[in-house]
Amino acid sequence: MNQLLRALFAPGFFASGPVHAALVVGAVVALVTGAVGVFTVIRGQAFAGHALGEVGSAGGSAAFLGGANPLWGFMGIAVVAAGLIELLGLHRPRARDVATGLVLGAGLGLAALFLYLDATSSSTTGVAVTILFGSLFAVSQQMLPSIVALSAVSLVVIALCYRMLLLSSLSSDLAAARGVPVRALGIAYLVIMAVAVSLAAETIGAILATALVVGPPATALRLTKRPGGALVVAGLVGVAAVWLGIVLAYDSYYWAPAGHGWPVSFFVVALVFLFYLVAGAVTGIAEARRRRHWETAPRLAASGCAEHPGDAA
Amino acid sequence: MNVLPDHGADDPILSVDGVSVWLSGREVLHDVRFRIMPGEFTGLIGSNGAGKTTLFRVILGLQASSTGSVLVGGRPLTRRNPIIGYVPQKVFLDPDMPLRARDVVALGLDGHRLGVPLGWRRRRQAVDAMLDAVDARHFADARVGNLSGGEQQRVLIAHALISRPRLLLLDEPLANLDIRAEGEVVALLARIAREQRIAVLISAHDVNPLLPVLDRLVYVASGKTASGTTAEVIRAEVLSALYGQHVDVLRVHGRILVVAGAEGPSGVTFEETDGAAVGPDIVSLR
Amino acid sequence: MVNTWIAATLVAVIAGVVGFFVVLRGAAFVAHAIPHGAFGGAAGAVLIGVNPIAGLGVFAVGGALGIGWLGRRGRHDVATALALVLMLGLGALFLSFSVEYAAAIYSLLFGEVLGVPSDELLPIAGLGIACIAALALLYRPLMLTSITPEVAEARGVRAQRIETGFLLVVALAATMTVPVVGVLLMFSLMIGPAATAGSLTRSPRNAIGLSVLLALATVWLAVAVSYLTNLPVGFFVGTLGAVSYGCARIWTARRRGRTATA
Ligand SMILES: Nc1ncnc2c1ncn2[C@@H]1O[C@H](COP(=O)(O)OP(=O)(O)OP(=O)(O)O)[C@@H](O)[C@H]1O
Ligand SMILES: [Mg+2]
Repeated sequence: MNQLLRALFAPGFFASGPVHAALVVGAVVALVTGAVGVFTVIRGQAFAGHALGEVGSAGGSAAFLGGANPLWGFMGIAVVAAGLIELLGLHRPRARDVATGLVLGAGLGLAALFLYLDATSSSTTGVAVTILFGSLFAVSQQMLPSIVALSAVSLVVIALCYRMLLLSSLSSDLAAARGVPVRALGIAYLVIMAVAVSLAAETIGAILATALVVGPPATALRLTKRPGGALVVAGLVGVAAVWLGIVLAYDSYYWAPAGHGWPVSFFVVALVFLFYLVAGAVTGIAEARRRRHWETAPRLAASGCAEHPGDAA
Repeated sequence: MNVLPDHGADDPILSVDGVSVWLSGREVLHDVRFRIMPGEFTGLIGSNGAGKTTLFRVILGLQASSTGSVLVGGRPLTRRNPIIGYVPQKVFLDPDMPLRARDVVALGLDGHRLGVPLGWRRRRQAVDAMLDAVDARHFADARVGNLSGGEQQRVLIAHALISRPRLLLLDEPLANLDIRAEGEVVALLARIAREQRIAVLISAHDVNPLLPVLDRLVYVASGKTASGTTAEVIRAEVLSALYGQHVDVLRVHGRILVVAGAEGPSGVTFEETDGAAVGPDIVSLR
Repeated sequence: MVNTWIAATLVAVIAGVVGFFVVLRGAAFVAHAIPHGAFGGAAGAVLIGVNPIAGLGVFAVGGALGIGWLGRRGRHDVATALALVLMLGLGALFLSFSVEYAAAIYSLLFGEVLGVPSDELLPIAGLGIACIAALALLYRPLMLTSITPEVAEARGVRAQRIETGFLLVVALAATMTVPVVGVLLMFSLMIGPAATAGSLTRSPRNAIGLSVLLALATVWLAVAVSYLTNLPVGFFVGTLGAVSYGCARIWTARRRGRTATA
């Protein structure tokens, strides 16, 4: 047992301060992105979610330029972009797609500008890499309270709006008929998504944030069809991906090339992807088994063995 | 071309024989059988979820049936059947697409082919003639997504007809149309069917708008079908057997009123047509 | 400088044509994901010491096929997002191993049009012609599947194959343009001009033509301003795209309002 543990967790794993912070931040962020992301996937807004993350990198680099923590920059710009996307292209699918694309293009343009200015104004090189690809081990301890508070607020808002969000995702006309303020709800939701994406950007980087916002929820929605259950499963899948990612990244210091840790973000993304594939395979096998069962059903019915194949099972 | 040497004018253009379809463990259609002769105008009548769209998909070769066979133009189904034209039930023409009505019709001509279209003048003439035939010439150059529902329906009919099919399948083309537009579209279809000898199979949940032009109808209920002329099918015995419960057909002021029990088609009215009550040619029952 | 103009012009023509189909099919996410994800391949190629274009090509084509495969079994936007982050995650991994990454990653992402060697022009032109030829071949089925997928299916068009073909064209376009102009520029050039053209014209042919013209105008203006101010080209292309689309929408709304009151 001890040996297994030692093989799994590299020496010093449990004693390391950055690791503790990373485990806490990662879990909190994964829970929030899981809950928020289920609606992102149901509402078909994966593109918007991704765009907010990348646009956020403009804010991250601007904040760096001004000497603030990137999180505030991420969030400021992502919230503005969310408002723009909602205001520009609305109900029609193509208009929405184009509006998101243009906001993304303009936001990336800004990011290019700020990163360029970052690079020329300071001698530090890796700014672009840190902002775009993140590093969970580098999350500063002072940010911990802010991250936890923001996460709590997001979760509370999602819990309050849960039923309204579900109804309006199903059909915005239906929701409007029931007196749901669909427009305001849409903007509020995008703002919450912007916060969640910013939190994810702070942990695994702006352009990988999508992995946490889309991956675990999509996995959960493959495993369970109930939206309430999906919120929980998505959170658990996300936490699993982040924690396992942290463990592997910590271990990777001892892999080739020795003395060089692999980025946490890579492990998290790879695990998220793996979970999604496995969930697909699991449901695929279950589906195939059910189909095989039904294919024999018509013959049974024709020969008079069972009038309702469902009862025969 | 559409001329099939081994297929005479007296053979049915479509024959559906004992088709059953299972979807997710439920028998959506059971032992459906009917035939359509060239130039005949046939209604496929059934309420929501009766299986009309599913039957169309079977005829188009897009949905496998569990049993039975379908012959189109005397031949078994293939995936691409040039003698069938199809207007699907739900077509969302996005106003954000830079497409005119004439572009949509032109795609009906050869939209499945690779490469860019050649012979612009000939194509333009064909498209203009088709737009004239469906009275759509005056909005030919308008953005198709901005047209009204009835206008879009005519464009889609032109799109289906321009490849000169011999069988036209229309899935609920009258849904979302007002009474005037309904009448116009039905009259248009009847004229085209008569003039070009195209067999039409049109689905609807209400038979009334179609009554003036129907040659025959196929009635779908509870996965089962009855087919024949209106007078043959809209009868108490036939409908009772279809619905599996007692149904009365009342004649009031020259109209037929179908009255049924709790879950039946209560209040659906059918106008009386001439012709003696002959037995329906096929009534499939379990 | 001459090389820059030629390269920018070639890229604009290709982006204008490909962009028309991207906007028509509502495929902006895919058009963003394939070039962006392919950047990971370039990082890998640099690491193992081969030509970055090879890495870009492998990742772009792999990404296109992966998105097509995953999209058949799940939601298309989810498939795109996950394929994208996987490729980018690999990119992050490769970058962490290479030594001189900061400048390279910056130019791949945001483009450095101002220094194009002349021996890169010919391959760009060749691949560009291949892209446009492929789109001409797929033109009608692409249109038909975009408008009425049910009819396309009924007429024997294999929608999945057409979709995969289209994704491969985007991958091809990405492979040749990203090393020259960067991920951001290519994406912005595909969306902004095409969307603007689509809202101003009615027929597909005019929309394609106008899209190419607008893309040319955008890129020429952006390169010129960038040359004068020394700021990144991508910034100007991104902003110009959004601004031109916004103006076009306001103009068409105004015009519609005027004809309605007249
Ligand atoms: N892919 C599918 N899997 C399972 N059930 C299906 C599938 N497609 C259709 N059904 C079921 O088959 C039945 C018939 O559907 P269909 O779409 O053919 O009805 P319809 O007559 O066209 O109805 P409507 O008038 O509403 O268009 C419905 O009960 C529907 O739920
Ligand atoms: Mg239907």
